[in-house]
Amino acid sequence: MSLRIVVTVKYVPDATGDRHFADDLTVDRDDVDGLLSELDEYAVEQALQISENSDDDVEVTVLTIGPEDAKDALRKALSMGADKAVHVEDDDLHGTDAIGTSLVLAKAIEKAGYDLVISGMASTDGTMGIVPALVAERLGVPQITLLSEVSVEGGTVTGRRDNDAASETLEASLPAVVSVTDQSGEARYPSFKGIMAAKKKPVESWDLSDLEIEADEVGLEGAWTKVDAANERPARTAGTIVKDEGEGGKQLAEFLAGQKFI
Amino acid sequence: MAEVLVYVDHVDGAVRKPTLELLTLARRIGEPVAVALGNGAGDTAAVLAEHGAVKVLTHEASEYADYLVVPKVDALQAAVEQVSPAAVLVPSSAEAKEVAARLALRIGSGIITDAVDVEAGAEGPVATQSVFAASFTTKSRVVKGTPVITVKPNSASVEAAPAAGTVEALSVTFSDKATGTKVTGRTARESTGRPELTEAAIVVSGGRGVNGAENFAIIEALADSLGAAVGASRAAVDAGWYPHTNQVGQTGKSVSPQLYIANGISGAIQHRAGMQTSKTIVAINKDAEAPIFDLVDYGVVGDLFDVVPQLTDEIKTRKG
Repeated sequence: MSLRIVVTVKYVPDATGDRHFADDLTVDRDDVDGLLSELDEYAVEQALQISENSDDDVEVTVLTIGPEDAKDALRKALSMGADKAVHVEDDDLHGTDAIGTSLVLAKAIEKAGYDLVISGMASTDGTMGIVPALVAERLGVPQITLLSEVSVEGGTVTGRRDNDAASETLEASLPAVVSVTDQSGEARYPSFKGIMAAKKKPVESWDLSDLEIEADEVGLEGAWTKVDAANERPARTAGTIVKDEGEGGKQLAEFLAGQKFI
Repeated sequence: MAEVLVYVDHVDGAVRKPTLELLTLARRIGEPVAVALGNGAGDTAAVLAEHGAVKVLTHEASEYADYLVVPKVDALQAAVEQVSPAAVLVPSSAEAKEVAARLALRIGSGIITDAVDVEAGAEGPVATQSVFAASFTTKSRVVKGTPVITVKPNSASVEAAPAAGTVEALSVTFSDKATGTKVTGRTARESTGRPELTEAAIVVSGGRGVNGAENFAIIEALADSLGAAVGASRAAVDAGWYPHTNQVGQTGKSVSPQLYIANGISGAIQHRAGMQTSKTIVAINKDAEAPIFDLVDYGVVGDLFDVVPQLTDEIKTRKG
Protein backbone atom coordinates (compact mmCIF):
# COMPACT_ATOMS: atom_id res chain seq x y z
CA MET A 1 0.00 0.00 0.00
CA SER A 2 1.05 3.50 -0.59
CA LEU A 3 -0.54 6.77 0.40
CA ARG A 4 -0.01 9.97 -1.58
CA ILE A 5 -0.69 13.12 0.42
CA VAL A 6 -0.80 16.55 -1.20
CA VAL A 7 -0.62 19.47 1.22
CA THR A 8 -1.78 22.82 -0.18
CA VAL A 9 0.08 25.80 1.28
CA LYS A 10 -0.01 29.54 0.71
CA TYR A 11 2.71 32.14 0.76
CA VAL A 12 1.19 35.18 2.48
CA PRO A 13 2.30 38.65 3.57
CA ASP A 14 3.36 38.65 7.23
CA ALA A 15 0.28 39.54 9.31
CA THR A 16 2.42 41.55 11.70
CA GLY A 17 3.66 43.72 8.79
CA ASP A 18 1.92 46.78 7.37
CA ARG A 19 -0.33 44.98 4.88
CA HIS A 20 -2.04 46.98 2.17
CA PHE A 21 -3.42 46.86 -1.36
CA ALA A 22 -1.63 47.42 -4.67
CA ASP A 23 -2.99 49.88 -7.26
CA ASP A 24 -5.05 47.16 -8.96
CA LEU A 25 -6.65 46.36 -5.56
CA THR A 26 -4.91 43.00 -5.24
CA VAL A 27 -2.94 42.21 -2.09
CA ASP A 28 0.38 44.03 -2.20
CA ARG A 29 3.14 41.45 -1.98
CA ASP A 30 6.16 43.66 -2.59
CA ASP A 31 6.37 45.83 0.50
CA VAL A 32 5.72 43.25 3.22
CA ASP A 33 7.81 40.14 3.82
CA GLY A 34 6.12 36.91 2.85
CA LEU A 35 6.09 33.58 4.65
CA LEU A 36 4.36 30.19 4.80
CA SER A 37 0.88 30.93 6.19
CA GLU A 38 0.93 29.92 9.85
CA LEU A 39 -2.34 28.03 9.49
CA ASP A 40 -0.82 25.89 6.73
CA GLU A 41 1.99 24.74 9.03
CA TYR A 42 -0.66 22.74 10.89
CA ALA A 43 -1.59 21.00 7.64
CA VAL A 44 2.04 20.10 6.94
CA GLU A 45 2.40 18.85 10.52
CA GLN A 46 -0.64 16.55 10.27
CA ALA A 47 0.60 15.16 6.95
CA LEU A 48 3.96 14.35 8.53
CA GLN A 49 2.30 12.75 11.55
CA ILE A 50 0.09 10.60 9.33
CA SER A 51 3.22 9.60 7.42
CA GLU A 52 5.15 8.76 10.61
CA ASN A 53 2.28 6.75 12.11
CA SER A 54 1.65 4.72 8.98
CA ASP A 55 3.04 1.33 8.03
CA ASP A 56 2.36 2.23 4.42
CA ASP A 57 4.70 3.92 2.06
CA VAL A 58 3.61 7.57 2.41
CA GLU A 59 4.72 10.38 0.14
CA VAL A 60 4.02 14.00 1.16
CA THR A 61 3.96 16.58 -1.63
CA VAL A 62 3.51 20.27 -0.83
CA LEU A 63 1.79 22.38 -3.44
CA THR A 64 1.58 26.14 -3.76
CA ILE A 65 0.42 28.71 -6.27
CA GLY A 66 2.21 32.02 -6.31
CA PRO A 67 5.01 34.20 -7.60
CA GLU A 68 8.70 33.25 -7.52
CA ASP A 69 9.05 34.12 -3.81
CA ALA A 70 6.39 31.55 -2.93
CA LYS A 71 9.16 28.94 -3.19
CA ASP A 72 10.13 30.08 0.32
CA ALA A 73 6.90 28.57 1.64
CA LEU A 74 7.66 25.28 -0.13
CA ARG A 75 11.21 25.29 1.20
CA LYS A 76 9.93 25.73 4.76
CA ALA A 77 7.51 22.81 4.37
CA LEU A 78 10.26 20.65 2.86
CA SER A 79 12.57 21.49 5.76
CA MET A 80 9.82 20.41 8.16
CA GLY A 81 9.94 17.04 6.44
CA ALA A 82 7.75 16.95 3.30
CA ASP A 83 9.20 14.83 0.50
CA LYS A 84 8.76 16.98 -2.58
CA ALA A 85 7.13 20.14 -3.81
CA VAL A 86 5.17 21.56 -6.72
CA HIS A 87 5.13 25.27 -7.51
CA VAL A 88 2.45 26.55 -9.87
CA GLU A 89 3.69 29.85 -11.23
CA ASP A 90 2.33 31.88 -14.12
CA ASP A 91 2.03 35.64 -14.63
CA ASP A 92 -1.57 35.14 -15.75
CA LEU A 93 -2.47 33.95 -12.23
CA HIS A 94 -2.10 37.44 -10.73
CA GLY A 95 -5.38 38.46 -9.08
CA THR A 96 -7.03 35.01 -9.15
CA ASP A 97 -10.02 34.70 -6.76
CA ALA A 98 -10.97 31.72 -4.55
CA ILE A 99 -13.00 30.01 -7.29
CA GLY A 100 -10.06 30.30 -9.72
CA THR A 101 -7.59 29.18 -7.06
CA SER A 102 -9.63 26.03 -6.48
CA LEU A 103 -9.51 25.28 -10.22
CA VAL A 104 -5.72 25.54 -10.34
CA LEU A 105 -5.28 23.54 -7.14
CA ALA A 106 -7.65 20.79 -8.29
CA LYS A 107 -5.87 20.43 -11.66
CA ALA A 108 -2.46 20.39 -10.00
CA ILE A 109 -3.57 17.89 -7.34
CA GLU A 110 -4.86 15.58 -10.08
CA LYS A 111 -1.67 15.93 -12.07
CA ALA A 112 0.45 15.22 -8.98
CA GLY A 113 -1.66 12.18 -8.05
CA TYR A 114 -3.30 11.95 -4.62
CA ASP A 115 -5.15 9.84 -2.09
CA LEU A 116 -5.48 12.59 0.50
CA VAL A 117 -5.37 16.38 0.29
CA ILE A 118 -4.66 18.33 3.50
CA SER A 119 -5.15 22.09 3.79
CA GLY A 120 -5.10 24.65 6.57
CA MET A 121 -8.41 26.07 7.86
CA ALA A 122 -7.98 29.39 6.03
CA SER A 123 -5.22 31.64 4.75
CA THR A 124 -4.06 34.41 7.06
CA ASP A 125 -4.48 37.06 4.33
CA GLY A 126 -7.74 36.32 2.51
CA THR A 127 -9.20 34.41 5.52
CA MET A 128 -12.16 33.08 3.51
CA GLY A 129 -11.74 29.45 4.60
CA ILE A 130 -13.62 28.05 1.61
CA VAL A 131 -10.89 26.74 -0.69
CA PRO A 132 -10.81 23.17 0.76
CA ALA A 133 -14.59 22.83 0.20
CA LEU A 134 -14.21 24.17 -3.35
CA VAL A 135 -11.36 21.77 -4.11
CA ALA A 136 -13.47 18.85 -2.84
CA GLU A 137 -16.37 19.97 -5.04
CA ARG A 138 -14.08 20.14 -8.08
CA LEU A 139 -12.39 16.80 -7.40
CA GLY A 140 -15.73 15.13 -6.63
CA VAL A 141 -14.39 13.56 -3.42
CA PRO A 142 -15.57 13.86 0.22
CA GLN A 143 -14.61 16.94 2.22
CA ILE A 144 -13.81 16.29 5.85
CA THR A 145 -12.89 19.74 7.03
CA LEU A 146 -12.05 21.98 9.99
CA LEU A 147 -10.74 19.04 11.96
CA SER A 148 -9.04 19.45 15.32
CA GLU A 149 -8.04 15.77 15.21
CA VAL A 150 -7.39 13.60 12.17
CA SER A 151 -6.27 10.06 11.52
CA VAL A 152 -6.03 7.73 8.56
CA GLU A 153 -6.38 3.99 8.72
CA GLY A 154 -6.73 1.72 5.74
CA GLY A 155 -8.79 3.60 3.20
CA THR A 156 -10.67 5.68 5.77
CA VAL A 157 -10.05 9.13 7.24
CA THR A 158 -11.69 10.05 10.53
CA GLY A 159 -11.62 13.23 12.54
CA ARG A 160 -13.22 15.54 15.05
CA ARG A 161 -14.86 18.81 14.07
CA ASP A 162 -15.72 21.27 16.85
CA ASN A 163 -18.70 23.41 15.94
CA ASP A 164 -20.31 26.13 18.04
CA ALA A 165 -23.12 23.92 19.23
CA ALA A 166 -21.53 20.47 19.19
CA SER A 167 -18.41 18.46 18.66
CA GLU A 168 -18.80 15.98 15.78
CA THR A 169 -16.87 12.90 14.78
CA LEU A 170 -16.65 12.41 11.03
CA GLU A 171 -15.66 9.66 8.66
CA ALA A 172 -14.97 9.52 4.92
CA SER A 173 -13.39 7.16 2.43
CA LEU A 174 -10.23 8.03 0.55
CA PRO A 175 -9.59 9.84 -1.67
CA ALA A 176 -10.71 12.87 0.34
CA VAL A 177 -9.97 16.51 1.12
CA VAL A 178 -9.15 17.36 4.73
CA SER A 179 -8.63 20.72 6.39
CA VAL A 180 -7.20 21.07 9.88
CA THR A 181 -7.48 23.86 12.46
CA ASP A 182 -4.83 25.40 14.69
CA GLN A 183 -6.10 23.06 17.42
CA SER A 184 -4.85 19.97 15.57
CA GLY A 185 -1.40 20.08 17.14
CA GLU A 186 1.56 22.41 17.25
CA ALA A 187 3.68 22.43 14.11
CA ARG A 188 7.29 21.32 14.42
CA TYR A 189 10.25 23.61 13.83
CA PRO A 190 12.56 22.58 11.00
CA SER A 191 15.74 20.98 12.34
CA PHE A 192 19.15 21.93 11.00
CA LYS A 193 19.29 18.52 9.34
CA GLY A 194 15.86 19.14 7.84
CA ILE A 195 16.91 22.50 6.46
CA MET A 196 20.00 20.95 4.83
CA ALA A 197 18.02 18.01 3.43
CA ALA A 198 15.36 20.34 1.98
CA LYS A 199 17.93 21.87 -0.35
CA LYS A 200 18.22 18.55 -2.19
CA LYS A 201 14.50 17.78 -2.41
CA PRO A 202 12.82 18.15 -5.80
CA VAL A 203 10.67 21.24 -6.54
CA GLU A 204 8.74 21.00 -9.79
CA SER A 205 7.46 24.13 -11.54
CA TRP A 206 4.25 24.03 -13.53
CA ASP A 207 2.54 26.80 -15.47
CA LEU A 208 -1.04 27.10 -16.70
CA SER A 209 -0.35 25.22 -19.94
CA ASP A 210 1.02 22.26 -17.94
CA LEU A 211 -2.39 22.16 -16.19
CA GLU A 212 -4.38 22.74 -19.40
CA ILE A 213 -5.96 25.89 -17.97
CA GLU A 214 -6.68 28.86 -20.24
CA ALA A 215 -5.42 32.26 -19.11
CA ASP A 216 -8.94 33.74 -19.16
CA GLU A 217 -10.18 31.18 -16.61
CA VAL A 218 -7.99 32.74 -13.90
CA GLY A 219 -6.33 36.02 -12.92
CA LEU A 220 -7.93 39.37 -12.24
CA GLU A 221 -9.87 39.32 -15.55
CA GLY A 222 -11.11 35.77 -15.02
CA ALA A 223 -12.27 36.41 -11.44
CA TRP A 224 -15.99 36.03 -10.70
CA THR A 225 -15.79 38.79 -8.10
CA LYS A 226 -14.45 42.32 -8.34
CA VAL A 227 -13.09 44.63 -5.65
CA ASP A 228 -14.24 48.18 -6.48
CA ALA A 229 -12.65 49.99 -3.56
CA ALA A 230 -10.28 49.38 -0.67
CA ASN A 231 -9.92 52.07 1.97
CA GLU A 232 -7.81 52.18 5.07
CA ARG A 233 -10.04 52.20 8.10
CA PRO A 234 -9.79 55.57 9.82
CA ALA A 235 -7.86 55.31 13.08
CA ARG A 236 -10.19 55.19 16.06
CA THR A 237 -10.40 58.54 17.77
CA ALA A 238 -8.33 58.59 20.95
CA GLY A 239 -10.37 57.57 23.95
CA THR A 240 -10.23 58.54 27.59
CA ILE A 241 -7.57 56.71 29.59
CA VAL A 242 -7.55 56.89 33.37
CA LYS A 243 -5.11 55.47 35.89
CA ASP A 244 -6.73 53.41 38.61
CA GLU A 245 -6.28 55.26 41.90
CA GLY A 246 -8.76 53.03 43.70
CA GLU A 247 -11.89 54.19 41.86
CA GLY A 248 -11.09 52.82 38.35
CA GLY A 249 -13.95 50.32 38.36
CA LYS A 250 -16.47 52.94 39.44
CA GLN A 251 -15.20 55.42 36.85
CA LEU A 252 -15.57 52.77 34.16
CA ALA A 253 -19.11 52.01 35.35
CA GLU A 254 -19.90 55.73 35.07
CA PHE A 255 -18.65 55.70 31.45
CA LEU A 256 -20.72 52.58 30.63
CA ALA A 257 -23.82 54.11 32.21
CA GLY A 258 -23.29 57.28 30.13
CA GLN A 259 -23.20 55.07 27.00
CA LYS A 260 -26.44 53.36 28.16
CA PHE A 261 -24.82 49.95 28.61
CA ILE A 262 -25.99 49.82 32.23
CA MET B 1 -39.58 42.51 -7.52
CA ALA B 2 -36.63 40.12 -7.63
CA GLU B 3 -36.43 37.44 -5.01
CA VAL B 4 -33.43 36.93 -2.72
CA LEU B 5 -32.69 33.54 -1.18
CA VAL B 6 -31.81 33.54 2.50
CA TYR B 7 -30.28 30.38 3.97
CA VAL B 8 -31.73 29.80 7.43
CA ASP B 9 -29.43 28.85 10.30
CA HIS B 10 -31.60 27.17 12.92
CA VAL B 11 -31.38 24.61 15.68
CA ASP B 12 -34.37 22.24 15.55
CA GLY B 13 -36.60 25.05 14.32
CA ALA B 14 -35.24 27.84 16.54
CA VAL B 15 -33.93 30.48 14.13
CA ARG B 16 -30.59 31.99 15.11
CA LYS B 17 -30.29 35.77 15.21
CA PRO B 18 -27.85 36.19 12.27
CA THR B 19 -30.54 34.81 9.92
CA LEU B 20 -32.95 37.56 11.00
CA GLU B 21 -30.19 40.11 10.31
CA LEU B 22 -29.86 38.62 6.80
CA LEU B 23 -33.57 39.23 6.21
CA THR B 24 -32.99 42.94 6.94
CA LEU B 25 -30.22 43.02 4.33
CA ALA B 26 -32.16 40.88 1.83
CA ARG B 27 -35.07 43.35 1.89
CA ARG B 28 -32.73 46.03 0.52
CA ILE B 29 -32.17 43.93 -2.60
CA GLY B 30 -35.52 42.24 -3.14
CA GLU B 31 -38.16 39.98 -1.60
CA PRO B 32 -36.65 37.50 0.85
CA VAL B 33 -37.35 33.82 0.22
CA ALA B 34 -36.02 31.74 3.10
CA VAL B 35 -34.69 28.18 2.79
CA ALA B 36 -34.90 26.07 5.96
CA LEU B 37 -33.53 22.53 5.99
CA GLY B 38 -33.50 19.61 8.38
CA ASN B 39 -35.28 18.76 11.60
CA GLY B 40 -37.75 21.49 12.62
CA ALA B 41 -37.52 23.35 9.28
CA GLY B 42 -41.27 23.93 9.22
CA ASP B 43 -41.20 25.53 12.67
CA THR B 44 -39.05 28.42 11.43
CA ALA B 45 -41.76 29.98 9.24
CA ALA B 46 -43.55 32.17 11.80
CA VAL B 47 -40.49 34.09 12.96
CA LEU B 48 -39.13 34.35 9.40
CA ALA B 49 -42.47 35.78 8.19
CA GLU B 50 -42.41 38.32 11.00
CA HIS B 51 -39.05 39.57 9.72
CA GLY B 52 -39.86 39.81 6.03
CA ALA B 53 -39.81 36.36 4.40
CA VAL B 54 -42.46 36.27 1.68
CA LYS B 55 -41.93 32.54 1.25
CA VAL B 56 -40.27 29.80 3.29
CA LEU B 57 -39.01 26.78 1.36
CA THR B 58 -38.61 23.81 3.67
CA HIS B 59 -37.24 20.30 3.40
CA GLU B 60 -36.79 17.82 6.22
CA ALA B 61 -34.54 14.77 5.81
CA SER B 62 -32.13 12.94 8.09
CA GLU B 63 -29.30 13.48 5.59
CA TYR B 64 -28.85 17.08 6.75
CA ALA B 65 -27.74 15.96 10.20
CA ASP B 66 -26.09 12.69 9.22
CA TYR B 67 -23.73 13.95 6.50
CA LEU B 68 -21.49 17.01 6.23
CA VAL B 69 -22.21 20.01 3.98
CA VAL B 70 -23.14 18.37 0.65
CA PRO B 71 -26.85 17.57 1.29
CA LYS B 72 -27.36 21.26 2.09
CA VAL B 73 -25.59 22.24 -1.13
CA ASP B 74 -27.93 19.95 -3.10
CA ALA B 75 -30.97 21.57 -1.46
CA LEU B 76 -29.80 25.15 -1.98
CA GLN B 77 -29.03 24.35 -5.60
CA ALA B 78 -32.60 23.06 -6.00
CA ALA B 79 -33.90 26.28 -4.41
CA VAL B 80 -31.80 28.45 -6.74
CA GLU B 81 -33.09 26.54 -9.76
CA GLN B 82 -36.70 26.92 -8.57
CA VAL B 83 -36.55 30.62 -7.61
CA SER B 84 -33.89 32.11 -9.96
CA PRO B 85 -33.00 34.65 -7.25
CA ALA B 86 -31.16 37.97 -7.64
CA ALA B 87 -28.78 36.91 -4.88
CA VAL B 88 -28.20 34.25 -2.22
CA LEU B 89 -27.42 35.42 1.32
CA VAL B 90 -25.89 32.99 3.82
CA PRO B 91 -24.78 33.45 7.44
CA SER B 92 -20.99 33.31 7.92
CA SER B 93 -20.91 30.24 10.13
CA ALA B 94 -18.18 27.67 9.46
CA GLU B 95 -20.45 25.14 7.78
CA ALA B 96 -22.72 27.64 6.01
CA LYS B 97 -19.66 29.25 4.40
CA GLU B 98 -18.61 25.88 3.00
CA VAL B 99 -22.15 25.25 1.77
CA ALA B 100 -22.20 28.68 0.09
CA ALA B 101 -18.84 28.10 -1.60
CA ARG B 102 -19.82 24.78 -3.16
CA LEU B 103 -23.18 26.19 -4.21
CA ALA B 104 -21.48 29.15 -5.93
CA LEU B 105 -19.16 26.87 -7.87
CA ARG B 106 -22.00 24.59 -8.95
CA ILE B 107 -24.22 27.40 -10.23
CA GLY B 108 -21.27 29.18 -11.88
CA SER B 109 -21.38 32.19 -9.58
CA GLY B 110 -18.85 34.27 -7.73
CA ILE B 111 -18.81 34.30 -3.93
CA ILE B 112 -17.98 36.96 -1.35
CA THR B 113 -17.52 35.83 2.26
CA ASP B 114 -17.73 37.57 5.63
CA ALA B 115 -19.47 40.73 4.45
CA VAL B 116 -20.23 43.27 7.19
CA ASP B 117 -22.78 45.12 5.05
CA VAL B 118 -24.72 44.53 1.84
CA GLU B 119 -26.42 47.24 -0.22
CA ALA B 120 -28.26 47.30 -3.52
CA GLY B 121 -26.15 48.69 -6.37
CA ALA B 122 -26.62 49.58 -10.04
CA GLU B 123 -24.65 46.47 -11.04
CA GLY B 124 -25.91 44.13 -8.33
CA PRO B 125 -25.43 43.91 -4.57
CA VAL B 126 -22.34 45.62 -3.14
CA ALA B 127 -20.71 43.88 -0.19
CA THR B 128 -18.54 45.62 2.37
CA GLN B 129 -15.78 43.57 3.98
CA SER B 130 -13.37 44.34 6.75
CA VAL B 131 -9.92 42.93 5.87
CA PHE B 132 -6.29 42.70 7.04
CA ALA B 133 -7.28 42.50 10.70
CA ALA B 134 -9.93 45.18 10.10
CA SER B 135 -7.34 47.76 9.01
CA PHE B 136 -9.01 48.09 5.59
CA THR B 137 -12.59 48.20 4.34
CA THR B 138 -13.34 46.92 0.83
CA LYS B 139 -16.39 47.16 -1.42
CA SER B 140 -16.84 44.22 -3.78
CA ARG B 141 -19.32 42.77 -6.24
CA VAL B 142 -19.92 39.40 -7.80
CA VAL B 143 -19.51 39.86 -11.55
CA LYS B 144 -20.53 36.39 -12.76
CA GLY B 145 -23.73 34.48 -12.10
CA THR B 146 -26.03 34.90 -9.11
CA PRO B 147 -24.18 36.70 -6.29
CA VAL B 148 -23.58 34.41 -3.30
CA ILE B 149 -22.67 36.45 -0.22
CA THR B 150 -22.00 35.26 3.31
CA VAL B 151 -22.57 37.83 6.06
CA LYS B 152 -21.02 38.04 9.52
CA PRO B 153 -23.22 38.16 12.62
CA ASN B 154 -24.06 41.63 14.02
CA SER B 155 -23.78 43.22 10.55
CA ALA B 156 -27.36 44.51 10.50
CA SER B 157 -30.16 45.14 12.95
CA VAL B 158 -33.07 42.75 13.35
CA GLU B 159 -36.20 44.51 12.07
CA ALA B 160 -39.86 43.54 12.22
CA ALA B 161 -41.31 43.58 8.69
CA PRO B 162 -44.32 41.27 8.54
CA ALA B 163 -44.73 39.35 5.28
CA ALA B 164 -46.70 36.34 4.09
CA GLY B 165 -44.11 33.69 4.91
CA THR B 166 -45.96 31.12 2.85
CA VAL B 167 -44.51 27.67 3.51
CA GLU B 168 -43.69 25.58 0.44
CA ALA B 169 -42.08 22.17 0.40
CA LEU B 170 -38.81 22.25 -1.52
CA SER B 171 -38.22 19.27 -3.76
CA VAL B 172 -34.68 17.96 -3.30
CA THR B 173 -32.91 15.07 -4.99
CA PHE B 174 -29.64 14.29 -3.21
CA SER B 175 -26.57 13.87 -5.41
CA ASP B 176 -24.41 10.75 -5.21
CA LYS B 177 -21.82 12.86 -3.33
CA ALA B 178 -24.29 13.76 -0.55
CA THR B 179 -23.35 10.86 1.69
CA GLY B 180 -19.57 11.18 1.27
CA THR B 181 -18.75 12.38 4.78
CA LYS B 182 -20.66 10.68 7.56
CA VAL B 183 -21.27 12.25 10.97
CA THR B 184 -20.60 9.26 13.23
CA GLY B 185 -21.10 11.04 16.54
CA ARG B 186 -22.22 14.33 17.98
CA THR B 187 -21.67 15.65 21.49
CA ALA B 188 -23.65 18.78 22.25
CA ARG B 189 -21.68 21.47 23.99
CA GLU B 190 -22.72 22.15 27.54
CA SER B 191 -24.78 25.33 27.64
CA THR B 192 -23.32 28.12 29.76
CA GLY B 193 -26.58 30.08 29.68
CA ARG B 194 -24.65 33.02 28.20
CA PRO B 195 -25.27 34.50 24.74
CA GLU B 196 -23.48 33.02 21.72
CA LEU B 197 -20.12 34.79 21.37
CA THR B 198 -20.51 36.00 17.77
CA GLU B 199 -24.09 37.14 18.30
CA ALA B 200 -23.75 38.87 21.67
CA ALA B 201 -24.33 42.61 22.06
CA ILE B 202 -21.64 42.73 24.76
CA VAL B 203 -18.47 40.63 24.97
CA VAL B 204 -16.20 40.51 28.04
CA SER B 205 -12.80 38.94 27.30
CA GLY B 206 -9.84 37.85 29.36
CA GLY B 207 -6.21 37.46 28.33
CA ARG B 208 -2.77 36.70 29.67
CA GLY B 209 -3.30 39.13 32.57
CA VAL B 210 -6.06 36.92 33.99
CA ASN B 211 -3.25 34.58 34.94
CA GLY B 212 -4.99 31.26 35.49
CA ALA B 213 -8.12 29.27 34.67
CA GLU B 214 -9.59 29.78 38.15
CA ASN B 215 -9.33 33.57 37.77
CA PHE B 216 -11.69 33.54 34.79
CA ALA B 217 -14.46 33.49 37.40
CA ILE B 218 -14.11 37.25 37.83
CA ILE B 219 -14.36 37.72 34.03
CA GLU B 220 -17.49 35.55 33.99
CA ALA B 221 -18.98 37.49 36.91
CA LEU B 222 -18.52 40.78 35.03
CA ALA B 223 -20.01 39.21 31.89
CA ASP B 224 -23.03 37.94 33.82
CA SER B 225 -23.65 41.35 35.39
CA LEU B 226 -24.01 42.74 31.85
CA GLY B 227 -25.69 39.72 30.23
CA ALA B 228 -22.58 39.37 28.05
CA ALA B 229 -20.72 36.55 26.32
CA VAL B 230 -17.23 35.59 27.53
CA GLY B 231 -14.25 35.68 25.18
CA ALA B 232 -10.58 34.84 25.60
CA SER B 233 -7.35 35.81 23.86
CA ARG B 234 -5.19 33.21 22.15
CA ALA B 235 -2.66 33.48 25.00
CA ALA B 236 -5.35 32.52 27.53
CA VAL B 237 -6.63 29.67 25.35
CA ASP B 238 -3.17 28.31 24.56
CA ALA B 239 -2.42 28.33 28.29
CA GLY B 240 -5.47 26.11 28.76
CA TRP B 241 -7.37 28.63 30.90
CA TYR B 242 -10.46 28.86 28.69
CA PRO B 243 -11.95 26.76 25.84
CA HIS B 244 -10.94 27.37 22.24
CA THR B 245 -14.59 27.89 21.27
CA ASN B 246 -14.40 31.19 23.16
CA GLN B 247 -11.24 32.43 21.45
CA VAL B 248 -11.51 35.86 19.87
CA GLY B 249 -9.01 36.63 17.13
CA GLN B 250 -7.63 35.60 13.79
CA THR B 251 -7.80 31.86 14.45
CA GLY B 252 -10.85 32.06 16.65
CA LYS B 253 -14.10 33.97 16.44
CA SER B 254 -14.45 37.37 14.95
CA VAL B 255 -16.87 39.51 16.96
CA SER B 256 -18.47 42.86 16.35
CA PRO B 257 -20.56 43.67 19.43
CA GLN B 258 -21.90 47.01 20.65
CA LEU B 259 -19.46 46.83 23.57
CA TYR B 260 -16.18 44.91 23.93
CA ILE B 261 -14.39 44.84 27.28
CA ALA B 262 -10.79 43.56 27.10
CA ASN B 263 -9.31 42.52 30.43
CA GLY B 264 -5.59 41.84 30.69
CA ILE B 265 -5.26 41.66 26.89
CA SER B 266 -2.33 43.48 25.31
CA GLY B 267 -3.96 43.75 21.89
CA ALA B 268 -1.64 41.92 19.51
CA ILE B 269 -2.61 41.90 15.81
CA GLN B 270 -3.87 38.31 16.23
CA HIS B 271 -6.46 39.54 18.75
CA ARG B 272 -7.31 42.87 17.10
CA ALA B 273 -8.25 40.98 13.93
CA GLY B 274 -11.18 39.49 15.81
CA MET B 275 -12.57 42.51 17.68
CA GLN B 276 -11.49 45.73 16.01
CA THR B 277 -14.89 46.38 14.44
CA SER B 278 -16.65 46.45 17.83
CA LYS B 279 -18.63 49.67 18.27
CA THR B 280 -17.37 50.67 21.72
CA ILE B 281 -14.11 49.25 23.08
CA VAL B 282 -13.05 49.33 26.71
CA ALA B 283 -9.83 47.91 28.19
CA ILE B 284 -8.38 47.27 31.59
CA ASN B 285 -4.64 46.58 31.64
CA LYS B 286 -1.71 47.09 34.00
CA ASP B 287 0.58 48.15 31.17
CA ALA B 288 -0.11 51.72 30.05
CA GLU B 289 1.87 50.99 26.87
CA ALA B 290 -0.31 48.03 25.77
CA PRO B 291 -1.40 48.47 22.12
CA ILE B 292 -5.02 47.75 23.10
CA PHE B 293 -5.19 51.30 24.50
CA ASP B 294 -4.81 52.67 20.94
CA LEU B 295 -8.24 51.22 20.15
CA VAL B 296 -10.24 52.09 23.23
CA ASP B 297 -13.01 54.54 23.84
CA TYR B 298 -12.29 54.20 27.54
CA GLY B 299 -9.32 52.57 29.21
CA VAL B 300 -8.29 51.95 32.78
CA VAL B 301 -4.60 51.47 33.53
CA GLY B 302 -4.69 49.29 36.59
CA ASP B 303 -4.74 45.83 38.10
CA LEU B 304 -7.74 43.94 36.73
CA PHE B 305 -8.05 42.08 40.05
CA ASP B 306 -8.91 45.43 41.66
CA VAL B 307 -10.80 47.10 38.83
CA VAL B 308 -12.98 44.26 37.52
CA PRO B 309 -14.62 43.23 40.83
CA GLN B 310 -15.26 46.90 41.65
CA LEU B 311 -16.83 47.39 38.21
CA THR B 312 -19.00 44.28 38.62
CA ASP B 313 -20.21 45.44 42.05
CA GLU B 314 -20.96 48.92 40.75
CA ILE B 315 -22.95 47.52 37.81
CA LYS B 316 -24.96 45.30 40.15
CA THR B 317 -25.63 48.25 42.47
CA ARG B 318 -26.74 50.47 39.60
CA LYS B 319 -28.96 47.75 38.17
CA GLY B 320 -30.39 47.29 41.67
